[in-house]
Amino acid sequence: MIWSIYLGVVVQGVLTGLVYGLMALGLSVIFGVVRVVNFAHGEFAVVAMYAAFLLFHTLGLDPLVTMLPIAATFFLVGFLLQATLINSFVGRSEHEQFILLVGIAIVILNGLLMLFGPDARPANLPYAFDSYAVGPLFIDKVRIYSAVAALAIAATLFCFFRYTATGTAIRACADNLTGAAVVGLNVKRLYAITFGVGLACVGAAGALMVTIADAAPTLGPAYTLLAFIIVIVGGLGSMAGALVGGVLIGVSEALAGFIIQPSMKSMFSFALLIAVLVLRPRGLLGRRA
Amino acid sequence: MIELWRGLEPRARGLIAMLLVALAAAPLAVDRYLISVLTLVLYFAYVGQAWNLMMGYAGQLSLGHALYVGLGAYVAALLWVHFGIGPWLGVFAAVLLAMVFGAVVGWLGFRFGVEGVYFALLTIAAAEFTRIAFDNIGFTGGSGGLFLPYQQERLGEWWNLRGGQLLFYYVALALAAAGVVVAAKLSRSRLGYQWLAVREDEIAARSLGINAFRAKMTAVLVSSGMTAVGGVFYAFYYNNLFPAQVFDIERSIELILGPIVGGLGTVFGPVVGAFILTPLGEGLIALTSRLGIDAPGAKAVFYGLTLIAIICARPNGVWPWLARVLGLKERSP
Amino acid sequence: MTALLTIDRVSKRFRGLLAVDAVSFTVAAGDILAVIGPNGAGKTTLFNTIAGVLAPDEGTIQFAGERIDGLSPDAICRRGIGRTFQIVRPFPALSVEDNVVIGALLRHRDVASARRHALAVLERLDLIDERTKPAAALTLPDRKRLEVARALATDPKVLLLDEVMAGLRPTETDRIVAILAGLNRDSGLTIVLIEHVMRAVMALARRVLVLHHGAAIAVGAPAAIVREPAVIQSYLGEEALA
Repeated sequence: MIWSIYLGVVVQGVLTGLVYGLMALGLSVIFGVVRVVNFAHGEFAVVAMYAAFLLFHTLGLDPLVTMLPIAATFFLVGFLLQATLINSFVGRSEHEQFILLVGIAIVILNGLLMLFGPDARPANLPYAFDSYAVGPLFIDKVRIYSAVAALAIAATLFCFFRYTATGTAIRACADNLTGAAVVGLNVKRLYAITFGVGLACVGAAGALMVTIADAAPTLGPAYTLLAFIIVIVGGLGSMAGALVGGVLIGVSEALAGFIIQPSMKSMFSFALLIAVLVLRPRGLLGRRA
Repeated sequence: MIELWRGLEPRARGLIAMLLVALAAAPLAVDRYLISVLTLVLYFAYVGQAWNLMMGYAGQLSLGHALYVGLGAYVAALLWVHFGIGPWLGVFAAVLLAMVFGAVVGWLGFRFGVEGVYFALLTIAAAEFTRIAFDNIGFTGGSGGLFLPYQQERLGEWWNLRGGQLLFYYVALALAAAGVVVAAKLSRSRLGYQWLAVREDEIAARSLGINAFRAKMTAVLVSSGMTAVGGVFYAFYYNNLFPAQVFDIERSIELILGPIVGGLGTVFGPVVGAFILTPLGEGLIALTSRLGIDAPGAKAVFYGLTLIAIICARPNGVWPWLARVLGLKERSP
Repeated sequence: MTALLTIDRVSKRFRGLLAVDAVSFTVAAGDILAVIGPNGAGKTTLFNTIAGVLAPDEGTIQFAGERIDGLSPDAICRRGIGRTFQIVRPFPALSVEDNVVIGALLRHRDVASARRHALAVLERLDLIDERTKPAAALTLPDRKRLEVARALATDPKVLLLDEVMAGLRPTETDRIVAILAGLNRDSGLTIVLIEHVMRAVMALARRVLVLHHGAAIAVGAPAAIVREPAVIQSYLGEEALA
């Protein structure tokens, strides 16, 4: 019977990992196309968590539903943020970008602290403790729903990048910026759209995450690091990579937390990051540079 | 050091002399609280300088420098608590261990071509990995922390960093000054020029005969070793160490803000940056409590906004602009 | 004159594309050899194998009697081969003077003497008036001369110049040609240059090597080379021979 416990942990990790993967997808899009080191990525996710939490507590709306308007709002925020503040930092040195985004992260994190206080806020969904029985396993409904939602959004994004003109134009910018500009693509507008799309992913992911984790301001930096680890392990520039990386990290953290100790679960992720950076920098599914 | 002094124009000499005298005499004029703020300023001026050597000159972005502070702190503290070995001796072991870790990080990065953001992430991973490890190691106190006992009878042993506020103030002042001298010497040395070349264009640097790997490794070793000394100070100043605090990424971020805001790759940048940011932080705490805003995080929000403002307005740092205003000419590569 | 640099059947492949095809030639001390050929002929790849950026897949490279193929770029420079880049790579934030000082520091370990040497080189390359300007602020012709000055400051025995005349007006071309000819005459500097600008090739080179599709198709004196049928064909095609 012991294997079913491990299997349960693994399944848990996969489902959670898909949601992390969606968040990382946003970073892959931003970092991979606009090439901005978004060190405020996790903080944006936490804002989305609080937004979903608020909407649930005041209006009783399920995060699975509010996920869409939140994502739409985040798209707008991302678009505006890129077009106004961040655009002048594109192409500048990493440390300058880093300071800008760290500044933004500090403002967000402490703004949340001021508004909501430091305590963790759970969204107590009515079905939070329900689960489906699949064979010997009990899988939380919330995890399945959020994983499915994450996959759905990722699939939509994939279609956007593959089959629409704008999506193709964005991929062109990522591949060859000078070429894209020369062909007449409005790079500034495309970058803004890309940043918006990236933050929309984060918004959706954050809304989903509040169903499986409590919202707290201090989660920001941890989620930022998590997103970077997933993107690098999975491979920059690959959407499937972000999801695969998310699943991999989700499973490894779940197993590490279960087998070794919860406080050490991130150790494996960081070791994996170092290994990937050193040995296979393009990640699992990334394109060869 | 004499040539350094001679190399300065009279105006610069005057300003530096005035600054040193003012700082040395400060305890006579200001109260304990301000001295403690100044101690913090000088501490950050020192560790910021150590980080500046690696980033501002050699161009290698480390976002996990708290690793070296923590290692330095823990080594010296453990030697003191368990073996009674004072920091005047323990500092050597601290520096050595930090340099070993720095060498590993450097080797992993430079040998395998991990650059830019990726190298920065590598440094973060190394610091986080170590933080979690220390959280779970018994003899360092684990997550419960390591404490340096208060020993009344030992007060006055300045070589063991046992003393009052004034002792730590002057030690910090000495460290900050030493940091400036080291940076000044290195920036004018052959190694300093090699660092600049590697920073600007590594391929071109190699075509001129510079062994880029060795230059970068030297930068990491010097930087990590110097930072570890700051860690020793930290341990004996605060007398308590928690992995979640001392290795935290917030500490890493904190110590690089000064040099970036002040001016990367300049000798006085980290000092100026520390003098701007640390009092700003403390001042904001005082201001928000004075205005009656009792929200935790208010100070930090203003702090974040200030960072954004500075990096937008003066991306090269405040010091190059200030130097121009003062009519000084620091060679700012 | 003894052979200073010997390239013996060097080949370099890039995943199926044979960029350099069993090229052999020698360069004597004090010689000036121009390497010409249509675009894509493999000239820069050949340079990169000599300069240590790439290791040849086949063949050997000897310099002053020792094998240097496979050595790193900085080791090659330390042996005495300097090089410039086709797209110039100045140290943008540093002054013109500091750029050259860095080159001079190879053989002059003391910064003060390196600076003196750098200033002498800048004087030679007509850049002394620009010495305090940041390299990023220079015009293209000045950047090209800076690139040469910096490599020259390493006191090389052989200088590899990669299309140093590209983008320059005839007067500027003549200026650099005069400087290089003077260096060769006064200090016996051996020069190997990749060049498209025939004005410079004819004025400077004593011998010319022609590459086409990675292979050496002709070598000889400049006047003879430009009349060589194979060379004309490689540049202008079959019809030109008729």
